[in-house]
Amino acid sequence: MKEIRLKLPVTPEDLAKLEAGMIVYLDGPIYTGREGLYRRVLDEGLRPPVDLASVSNVNFHCSPAAAVRPDGSYDVGAVTATASFRFSKWMSRWFDVSGCRMVIGKGGMSEEDYRNHFVPKGAVYLTTVGYGTGALLGRGIKKVRAVHWLEELGIAQAMWVFEVENFGPFLVDGDLMGNSLFEIENRKVNEKLADAYKGLKEPALRRYGETTSRKDEVI
Amino acid sequence: MIAASTIEEAGFELTRQAAIVIPKDYSDGIKAMLETEPNELSKFVLKAMVENWEAAEADRRAMCADTGLPRFYVKAGNEARLEGGFVALERALRRAVAKATTEVPLRPNRVHPLSRADHNNNVGIRAPEIDYSFEPDADWVDITTVHKGGLFGTDYRMLFPGDGIDGIKKFYLDVLVQFGRRGLACQPAIIGIGLGGSKDTAMTIGKQAACLRVVGDRNPDPKIAALEAELKELGNSIGMGPMGFVGKSMVVDCHIEVAHTHTGGMPMSVHAFCLSSRRAVARLHADGRVEYRTDPAWFTDYHRREGVE
Repeated sequence: MKEIRLKLPVTPEDLAKLEAGMIVYLDGPIYTGREGLYRRVLDEGLRPPVDLASVSNVNFHCSPAAAVRPDGSYDVGAVTATASFRFSKWMSRWFDVSGCRMVIGKGGMSEEDYRNHFVPKGAVYLTTVGYGTGALLGRGIKKVRAVHWLEELGIAQAMWVFEVENFGPFLVDGDLMGNSLFEIENRKVNEKLADAYKGLKEPALRRYGETTSRKDEVI
Repeated sequence: MIAASTIEEAGFELTRQAAIVIPKDYSDGIKAMLETEPNELSKFVLKAMVENWEAAEADRRAMCADTGLPRFYVKAGNEARLEGGFVALERALRRAVAKATTEVPLRPNRVHPLSRADHNNNVGIRAPEIDYSFEPDADWVDITTVHKGGLFGTDYRMLFPGDGIDGIKKFYLDVLVQFGRRGLACQPAIIGIGLGGSKDTAMTIGKQAACLRVVGDRNPDPKIAALEAELKELGNSIGMGPMGFVGKSMVVDCHIEVAHTHTGGMPMSVHAFCLSSRRAVARLHADGRVEYRTDPAWFTDYHRREGVE
């Protein structure tokens, strides 16, 4: 497997080097952002709490296991991504508003999302590994630079700005060619999937989704 | 008499242990899979997980930032006496979770389902859950904490007697495949299956089978034990592994629990306890001693009893 270590903010040249399935480690600034941030900025039209492009062009779909100490400093323990597929509807506009060009999250998005939203903006998607390499990723966070909208969004949804070092491992899921590692692997798994089900008869009571139409009955 | 302060201290220690230290039965199971996994990508994922557990223990930080939903399973000896009774025990465990949320730290995952308001302490309405069972001829109390992730890997289905073992296998495969894609179930997992009972019982015992039995454990009923082994094998032969990549490491073990059910039906649940299988157990003795372990020993002969008495 190929491995690469990148300095942030990430450059278009570095992004072009990434291929689906590569192992990636990162150094530099990143910020967390998920539905709370997207809703406020994209749906409610609020001004971002800071000039996003000047902070970083890497958006981590994450909620840290963190606490605010009585003296106002931050205790960041483990850091893990949250499933990204539910954020795809915001991504295209997010790239425009934020200048973001690298999204890190859990489980990727569809190849279609990459082709429609990521590739046209020159953005890639990295997935965390496992999942739950929270301690390894926590180790990679060297400093909390700022926390925005902590009061408005709470610890889990606030925008955390981290300084990271040797932060990873991640795997490239969506590259600039619009490939998805998950979908490449899915297609291989699907080739043999029927073998696992071979000879098993259908249950008497079916479920929605197993019928061909919502007009059908489940019996 | 077991002091309320002992319960609170043990509740805190358990919560911290569960968040940080992977139980040995589970990590040994994953290391064994690493030996036999032929696929490069799947192997890379398993290796990263092993390194992650080592980092968590060395740094004393949570192994995963989704620190799950802390909850407790209390098995009380019939002769156990608690200072302040069970109301005091529940207060002590709620305090322990609130304290651990700040001090470990854990992610404040618990929010109101509608307002989404977060108390930032993992405590709220019915949170943490506290479930009970009892044991005859004992004066200790066993407290197990489990912090299971909550979003993917679980499903329920009403099957019928005529669906037989085929129906069980098919639904089992459906759940593994649907949540195994992209690794949403965070596999390889301990898979728990609940068969029978009423719908809620099927859900409850399936979850307990996943969370409260250790890797390598077998149901004492030889027929159920054989089905556990068969389903483990079947789950690992789908051709899918960690993160939904091609591989053969999907099910680190499979546990089945049963309950007598309606004569016309066979409700079934499937649960996946993830790569951060957080569980820790403390036995609180009447003389004040506290012993820690990772095997909940929840399913005792008494707990699975079948007769009237």
